[in-house]
Amino acid sequence: MSTSIFFEHLVQEDRVHRSIYTDPLIFELEMTHIFGGVWCYLAHESQLPRPDDYLTGKLGLRPIIVVRDSSGKLRALFNRCTHRGARVCRETRGSARTFQCPYHGWTYFNTGKLRGVPWPEGYACDFAEGKYNLAQVPRVESYRGFIFGTLNADAPPLGDYLGAAKRPIDEWLDRNPGSRVVVAEANRLKFKGNWKLAYDNAADGYHVVFSHRSLLETENRHAADPTKGMSFYMGKPDEAPMYVQYFGRGHHFKDKRPNVERRPGALWEIEGAQPGMAAYEKLIRERLGARALRALDLAASEPVNINIFPNLSILGNHIQVFQPLAVDETESVWYATAIVDEANELEGMADAVNAIRMRTQESFPNFGEVDDAANFEEIQKGLAACEDEWVYMHRGLGIPGRVQRLADGTLKAPATDEVFMREHMKEWQRLMTTRPNIQLSR
Amino acid sequence: MTYVNDRFYEELVASFSDWQRPELEVADVATRDECRRLLEREARLLDEGRYEDWLALYADECVVWVPAAERPGDPRREVSVFFDDRQRLEDRIFRLRTGKAWSQVPPSRTVRMVSNVEVFRAAEKLMVRSNLLLAELRAGETRQLAAWCAHRLAHGKIEAKQINLLERDQSLRNPSVLL
Ligand code: FES
Ligand SMILES: [Fe+2]
Repeated sequence: MSTSIFFEHLVQEDRVHRSIYTDPLIFELEMTHIFGGVWCYLAHESQLPRPDDYLTGKLGLRPIIVVRDSSGKLRALFNRCTHRGARVCRETRGSARTFQCPYHGWTYFNTGKLRGVPWPEGYACDFAEGKYNLAQVPRVESYRGFIFGTLNADAPPLGDYLGAAKRPIDEWLDRNPGSRVVVAEANRLKFKGNWKLAYDNAADGYHVVFSHRSLLETENRHAADPTKGMSFYMGKPDEAPMYVQYFGRGHHFKDKRPNVERRPGALWEIEGAQPGMAAYEKLIRERLGARALRALDLAASEPVNINIFPNLSILGNHIQVFQPLAVDETESVWYATAIVDEANELEGMADAVNAIRMRTQESFPNFGEVDDAANFEEIQKGLAACEDEWVYMHRGLGIPGRVQRLADGTLKAPATDEVFMREHMKEWQRLMTTRPNIQLSR
Repeated sequence: MTYVNDRFYEELVASFSDWQRPELEVADVATRDECRRLLEREARLLDEGRYEDWLALYADECVVWVPAAERPGDPRREVSVFFDDRQRLEDRIFRLRTGKAWSQVPPSRTVRMVSNVEVFRAAEKLMVRSNLLLAELRAGETRQLAAWCAHRLAHGKIEAKQINLLERDQSLRNPSVLL
């Protein structure tokens, strides 16, 4: 069977084959075709504020060092010594002008260029030639602080890749003072399941009242009317004004903002109770008077999920990153964000906003995501039933008028529709049957 | 519940820094034994799922703080694995009791071992350092979480507990048992 017929069989109009979540060979191919073929999120610029700052991570399974070199340029170096392959840098983050491999002492500048090797007289080669420099991701670009990289020389420019997803990213940033945020530590989780289980879930409005039942009940345990958090999913969520939108290239958007009144304080009102809310709300109201509600909304969770294929989800105030570890193991890191108020728009109240915002951001990973992760693990276990081959994602399919194609070519559907999943699976299938033009630079 | 404010955070951060000083160590056997008994009781109540009885060991204005940073900073500036005041601890218990917290359905079985208990005196309060090894059986697999803990005690109650997980800056699989 040719590769394309094989993948056509695995991804069908209404369903996908279990093996795309379970087969180690497909996973291995994904590391080249998906994580080597498209722009992947690498880091946020606020994690590398100064020249020489670096952090280590992965592009697919490739160990990398994301670094702002001494001249300020962002790079993603392969964390793999050119000599015999050892990881050159073993720290999580730091600041360094050079990296010395601990095995035989080859040393590299933070541009990736080889600085020197011990006892060079023992070599006949010319080390200035460049072929012994660290390999690096040839294209690293940043969109408003979000750093992406791709190995694919034929990938479109980052801005084109993000396409229609740029608008909600802009809106997500522009609601903050100075139109930016900085990363402030993270809730780090992992689960024994394939990475796509998390990506499939990223715009899934169907699971909310079931998978997150305990969270909804907890948030509303004191309320006379259950209006806190994601209560707008109760009843008939498909008739609510929220919607799911498919942007193309695997990116999608769950926009819950239309459920919330467009007035200052509306977001704050539906935020569940979190430590410090009462005291800081009092402080902020005393200081800012009528303008307090706008500040308090910044401490509340923004009701959007902006999902950038394959490994980024901007949701609430979080930057969530999916990191495949193995065919059946995935890390999901929820980077928290803080506001920075250099122009003092909030009259000194930014710290108070952040004091609440840190606690609101701990809530979902603790009371919501753990239950989703438990369900992802149960899917992975369920899929061991190898004769029962299909996973269905046909909610909304074939109902006339349910999915609209908008003028810009994007697709829009009611909140619980699985159209976004069917569409990113088509994109996955297209990528799996297209050989990326992978290039390394040195 | 308004006690979590700037003063609360400042006192918390101050009392959990630089407290394990030799000159503050308590040698008195009776005090040390009282502290150890409290910690052992806490571990037993959690292992038995007696969460309301467990929470009764805590002062009205209490906190359980599990930092996420390798070197924990001010919790107002960074997220923690969790930072729970009394209300959020009650929420946590309520959530587990709904029977729909799928990460704990069926509930994990746990065994907590508490050891290396050392007691320090700070003003009228006691600071207790201990090591915790938590074995958790869930879905047929046994996993371990290790931590060193700091309990701040006053009037026989736990005012604040800091849990410094060995894996605090690593990804955690299903961190949904009460700590
Ligand atoms: S492997 Fe790095 S110097 Fe030999
Ligand atoms: Fe969810």
